Amino acid sequence: MTDVLERPKAINKKPSWLRRHSPPYWLSLVGGGWMLLFFLIPLVSGLIVSLETGNPISGYTLTWNWHIYSQLFVHSDIPYSTFLLRSLYYGVATTILSILIAYPMAYFIAFRVSVRWKSPLILLVLLSFFVSFVIRTDMWSFVLAQQGFVISGLRKLHLVSANFHILGTSNAVIGGDIYNNLPFMVLPIYVALERIDRRILEAARDLYSNGRQVFLRVVLPLSRAGIFAGVLLVFITTVGDPVNSSLLGGVGTYTIGQAIQDSYLTNQQFNVAAALSTVLMVILGIIMFAYAKIFGTENLENLV
Amino acid sequence: MGAAGKGLGLLSMAALLASCGIAGTLDHEGAKVDWPAFWKGQKRTNQLNFANWPLYIDSEHGKTESLELFTTMTGIKVDYQPVIQADASFYATVEPELAAQEVTGYDIMVITNGWYFTQLVNNGFLIELDQSKLPNFAKYASSLVKDPSYDPGNKHSVTWQTGFTGIAYNTKMITREITSFNDLADPAFTGHVGMMNDNVELGSAALLRMGVDPVSSTPKQWRESTEWLKKQRPLVSGYYDQSYISHLENGDTWISQAYSGDIFQANLSGYPHLKYVTPKEGQIVWHDNMVIPRQSQNALSALSWMNFYYTPKIAGIVEDWVSYVCPVPEAQQYIRDVIKDPTVANSPLVFPSAESAKLSHGYYIYRDYDEYQTWNDVFNPIIES
Repeated sequence: MTDVLERPKAINKKPSWLRRHSPPYWLSLVGGGWMLLFFLIPLVSGLIVSLETGNPISGYTLTWNWHIYSQLFVHSDIPYSTFLLRSLYYGVATTILSILIAYPMAYFIAFRVSVRWKSPLILLVLLSFFVSFVIRTDMWSFVLAQQGFVISGLRKLHLVSANFHILGTSNAVIGGDIYNNLPFMVLPIYVALERIDRRILEAARDLYSNGRQVFLRVVLPLSRAGIFAGVLLVFITTVGDPVNSSLLGGVGTYTIGQAIQDSYLTNQQFNVAAALSTVLMVILGIIMFAYAKIFGTENLENLV
Repeated sequence: MGAAGKGLGLLSMAALLASCGIAGTLDHEGAKVDWPAFWKGQKRTNQLNFANWPLYIDSEHGKTESLELFTTMTGIKVDYQPVIQADASFYATVEPELAAQEVTGYDIMVITNGWYFTQLVNNGFLIELDQSKLPNFAKYASSLVKDPSYDPGNKHSVTWQTGFTGIAYNTKMITREITSFNDLADPAFTGHVGMMNDNVELGSAALLRMGVDPVSSTPKQWRESTEWLKKQRPLVSGYYDQSYISHLENGDTWISQAYSGDIFQANLSGYPHLKYVTPKEGQIVWHDNMVIPRQSQNALSALSWMNFYYTPKIAGIVEDWVSYVCPVPEAQQYIRDVIKDPTVANSPLVFPSAESAKLSHGYYIYRDYDEYQTWNDVFNPIIES
């Protein structure tokens, strides 16, 4: 009797383990396929193209030319590593400054405005997206031009010297980056702030915390999911961006994005373009991985 | 899967990787075409698809007289598409189709002489023109555009417009006379000097400054010429694309490398204080050329437009609006007497004097990709910084 009862158990053991443990893997197929198709394959094919040698006329063949990386980043007439560091600097500066500008904006819309005004204000934040960002950036170069009304006005008021200029400087590029990316920072922070249960704030006040403490110890920690998402969106877009630096920059503002674009389109060095973008993607990947490790991805899950 | 299986997997992976190079664009069949037979086999069509640069043909209230006259006379409908923003990006869009020998949808493309033009020719992407069907070109074309060094015998191209690259400056900001490339390195203009980010223009200017004709220059001279460019860099406010003209107009730059046609336009549209000069060391002359891509479906239409364009009347109508440098000298009388527009007819920028034509030099013509790469390696470190 016992023999009969035990046998099915023994047979069932394996399927039950599979049944218990495999569904997560099956479910991850869609996500995994997505990652494979849109992340891993482009990254690997970029890496492969970077290891090829040749020219666009007679073609490129894979020669495992790993030297290209040392050629580009160590012994190069063109300082690609400077461009990369410069792009990262623009990315960091833009991200920090956009948090400082976007947070008060989002806070104002979430907490200080009546419900009736929230949608119109959010629409205003998004309004700039109705015009192509290349055109908007180009317009800035008119506004900030030497004979444009801003600078000539300042000059007339004797607030700046005759040689003062904004265009062609790193500050102009960072300014353009902030302007173009601000909505990407405002929106997630706004969403995070909007989700905070107002009763928690009341509770904090009931426990004798003053306004500053409510903000620093309740609101700010609860909205960090929004900041986390905003940082990802703004930093990644800024580091790879070739547009702001070419339209608003000048001498000494050349970025890795421009270098990739020029080596692909103008110089037709496909291997160089691929090597530069592979390095950029790997470095961004490392930074994002470290960032997610330190601050935790549950931040993002909270937001959805 | 055992170790053998794994090894096999790796092997096939390696084979896969080795096969995934990028094919070149060189078309070995192109050279063998029997062009007289090709032209004999062509049939007349009633369509012409014309790709050109923006604002590069006459236009009055959305109508283009030159094209309408062509349609009236020949019955050929023209689909005019101002889609070319830059040689590099336009080449990148048509190259895949040309390499696959597919129809690009264009029967005429306007391409500047330079690396992309050379590539189109070397790859066999262009149809050789039947000169017997271009009698007007033989009769009216200026010596500046006949038998150019980049396309001997006008085998593949006839010029649409010509332009000069020299220096322009803001006479409000600079009161002294500008005569030489060396003025672009005057410390008095620090932070207000514009240079071009097109490394062909930049390098050619540096070569001319040294007294070297770019057409016959050598890589050694290219390298020498960068000394001056490096010395000049701290004064330069930017290496600009076409936007150099707005920087000149709004006063960011006081002196800049410039195209003659842009300055002519700027003078008429509210910036009379900008002045174009031909440096005493010489200026660059370039040509935007009409070419017929290999798989054109309306090659005869394209050829008859080329011939139609090369008359004083049609070239005059186009030139009165475009005002770069006219490839038909006799259009000058037409513009003066029939259109009655003395500003254009008498401008030395549109109808250059023999003297300024003598001071004009072409670009260096790359023989192959390696030369092009060498040029890039020499001049890109100046621009990319």
